[in-house]
Amino acid sequence: MNARAETEHAGNGTRDHTANDTAGRAANDTAGRAAAFERTIAADERIEPRDWMPDAYRATLVRQIAQHAHSEIIGMQPEADWITRAPSLRRKAILIAKVQDEAGHGLYLYGAAETLGTSREELLDKLHAGRHKYSSIFNYPTLTWADVGAIGWLVDGAAITNQVPLCRCSYGPYARAMVRICKEESFHQRQGYELLHTLAHGTSAQRAMAQDAVDRWWWPSLMMFGPPDDASPRTEQSMAWRIKRHTNDELRQRFVDICVPQAEALGLTLPDPELRWNEERGHWDFGPVDWAEFRAVLAGEGPCNEERISRRRRAHAEGAWVREAASAYAAKHPRGDAAPHVPAAPNVPAAPNVPAAPNVRAGAS
Amino acid sequence: MGDDALILSHRLAEWAGSAPVLEEEVALANLALDLLGQARALLSLAGDEDALAFRRDARAFRNVRLVELPNGDFAHTMVRQLFFSAWQRPLFARLAERPGPFAAIAAAAGPEIAYHLDHAVTWTLRLGDGTAESHARAARAVAALWRHTGELFEPVPGLDWLDPAALRADWTAHVTGTLRAATLPVPGEPPPPGAPFTGGGRRGLHTEAFGRLLAEMQHLHRSHPGAAW
Repeated sequence: MNARAETEHAGNGTRDHTANDTAGRAANDTAGRAAAFERTIAADERIEPRDWMPDAYRATLVRQIAQHAHSEIIGMQPEADWITRAPSLRRKAILIAKVQDEAGHGLYLYGAAETLGTSREELLDKLHAGRHKYSSIFNYPTLTWADVGAIGWLVDGAAITNQVPLCRCSYGPYARAMVRICKEESFHQRQGYELLHTLAHGTSAQRAMAQDAVDRWWWPSLMMFGPPDDASPRTEQSMAWRIKRHTNDELRQRFVDICVPQAEALGLTLPDPELRWNEERGHWDFGPVDWAEFRAVLAGEGPCNEERISRRRRAHAEGAWVREAASAYAAKHPRGDAAPHVPAAPNVPAAPNVPAAPNVRAGAS
Repeated sequence: MGDDALILSHRLAEWAGSAPVLEEEVALANLALDLLGQARALLSLAGDEDALAFRRDARAFRNVRLVELPNGDFAHTMVRQLFFSAWQRPLFARLAERPGPFAAIAAAAGPEIAYHLDHAVTWTLRLGDGTAESHARAARAVAALWRHTGELFEPVPGLDWLDPAALRADWTAHVTGTLRAATLPVPGEPPPPGAPFTGGGRRGLHTEAFGRLLAEMQHLHRSHPGAAW
């Protein structure tokens, strides 16, 4: 970071504004900045929003962070679907809090993406138009209450395995967002595990419900790590840029190794007859993932692709008048005139943790 | 009061995944969680929270009708919240000051309710004084919900010392002030207690929508008698 800042200051200080020299100077600046970028990456330091970065690095990050943000937002749906049916008030509170956290994660991540020169509106438009993807896992339906537990244990577990290395990602705002997100995700994962544990040790109907959910969510969770290494064209560049730290297959293996003993502790089985310990490798061997299914889900042909994106589009379209109202009000009542003539509340302390006012920009949407 | 919080929390949580803007996903879930926490504390004073929530039929619920009405649009949800929080705030302020089992719960809920009210006031202003469409929607919500406000000022069973008229004065000042500031019409006084077809929730006489709400809320719990979750 310091090295790079010095380079830039030196560049500015000696800048020569004669017309002849401008083109050559710009080329030198770019070469200097590219070298500084490479040094920062090589030193395992963070790139910050104002730093120079290659266009392709920027584009890769926008794509990855946006896709991550979209996954949080779409991922609210399968779980939110069970809030109104949660079987105890304690579970209901946990589930509402989890879905709320996911909206919060979406906010951090759109914020991180915005530091790269895009806007939340633009990214949401791309999601709604089907030009941006989100995690394939959220195209599977939540059919029973146990699915809420399986999502917590397996889906959040896979997300954490993927995301913990991102806490050291070379792009500072993304890495910092991931630190906060991973803390909350690991909390969710433990809650999901505990939910399944309760079911697995409950009535025979509850136990069957838990096993059925694990049977349906296991393979889609393994698909969350992405295509196998020999079919993942972007991995090499992302690893060189230190956006990724491990390949898809490495992370998938790590996840399987973590889950097998956890499944045993739950008293549930994983639906893979080829699962066995490999003494030589020191890892669990597992059967082949159905990549045809993965490709179909990514191509929009999964069980819930259509309803997930339709619901998202509908919420956005039906909320347009609300966002327009907020913009119109803000334009009429500039700062300091936000709440006219409303009687003050007597004897009530200020509320802690009040969320920030909606970030609706005048003229947006 | 536990039923009021429980049912309004349930309605607010129905917004999850469908809010007009991401910040409102967070805010509406926040309201739902606060109210659910209040409900759990209050129901636990009366017995087993899950038995009370999941194994009573509609006729045994004592919530006001205002909280069970379907969400409608965002204006409807926010105006309902304004009416409810503007009632809950002076009620809980009084409960917090009186010795008894409610005091600690009411004191803890005070800051939450202040936030809920502030949020509802802010949105009522934005919608009422926003665009022509938002104004019309907010005005429709006020008109539709007004008849359900009289029930808030019926005497609360078990709280004989509480003067509903005092709550009403506080509520009216806050609500009418907000509606005027939001350029919305003020429909006059809330219907008096006992006015025909405006109440009944406290006696277990609910709207048709309420049975469906309970069917969804209780289905899983009731399908597994005796199970732990």
